[in-house]
Amino acid sequence: MKLSELVESLSLDVRTPGADLTREVTGGYVSDLLSDVIGHAPEGAVWVTLQAHLNIVAVASLKGLAGIILANNRVPEEGTLKKASEVNVPVMTSGLPAFELVGRLYALGLRCR
Amino acid sequence: MTVNSDGVFFLTGKDFANAGSASSNLKGILEKRGIPAEIIRRASIAAFEAEMNVIIYAVAGMMHYTITPETIKVVLQDMGPGIPDIGLAMQEGYSTAPDYIREMGFGSGMGLPNIKRNADKLTINSVVGEGTTVEFVISLERSGR
Repeated sequence: MKLSELVESLSLDVRTPGADLTREVTGGYVSDLLSDVIGHAPEGAVWVTLQAHLNIVAVASLKGLAGIILANNRVPEEGTLKKASEVNVPVMTSGLPAFELVGRLYALGLRCR
Repeated sequence: MTVNSDGVFFLTGKDFANAGSASSNLKGILEKRGIPAEIIRRASIAAFEAEMNVIIYAVAGMMHYTITPETIKVVLQDMGPGIPDIGLAMQEGYSTAPDYIREMGFGSGMGLPNIKRNADKLTINSVVGEGTTVEFVISLERSGR
């Protein structure tokens, strides 16, 4: 599934204008511990988190993740969005809590592998 | 065709704005050399964890890498507080990180275990009050893993 389709079906708010939404999303991951994400998130996954600081971008970029979704209306820090645009990591936000968000992603067919 | 290459990245303690860039650069170098994706994945995880340890705990440090046709060797040397009990630090879940670091999602005590899991060899030398040297090696030979 393309990231743009996911944005559409979950009404996500894309916070990085010009981000590449044509990227294929091949899985999902949810965690607020960065070592956990670095160690276990599969490449191409969309990552659901509450962390909004700029180091999430380094993690996503290093792991080749398709994008980051901040749950529960978390507001990304300005530095996060700037860095994300620089390295082309799409950052999206949603009003849904992480549990709901992940449930919907799963229902759309995404898996953690 | 492949020759040895090496280089160094300088790291500044608490510089969260640039945290991860050394690992990211190293990943790019490994990709340019055409190293298999699975090995790059393991090297990136180990390098990121080691880099973050320097950023979180030390005043400053450096990441030195050496790539040969046989191995990727990465050495992180820091001016930091040192690790009093390396055995304890290797335990999954053990961390001395302050609260604000944990709130960022770091300091979950998975860093050194993550390095160990992804490297073929890990050596840690530390002197309390002076600093720590973390060296890991990943084999590029087929029998590596």
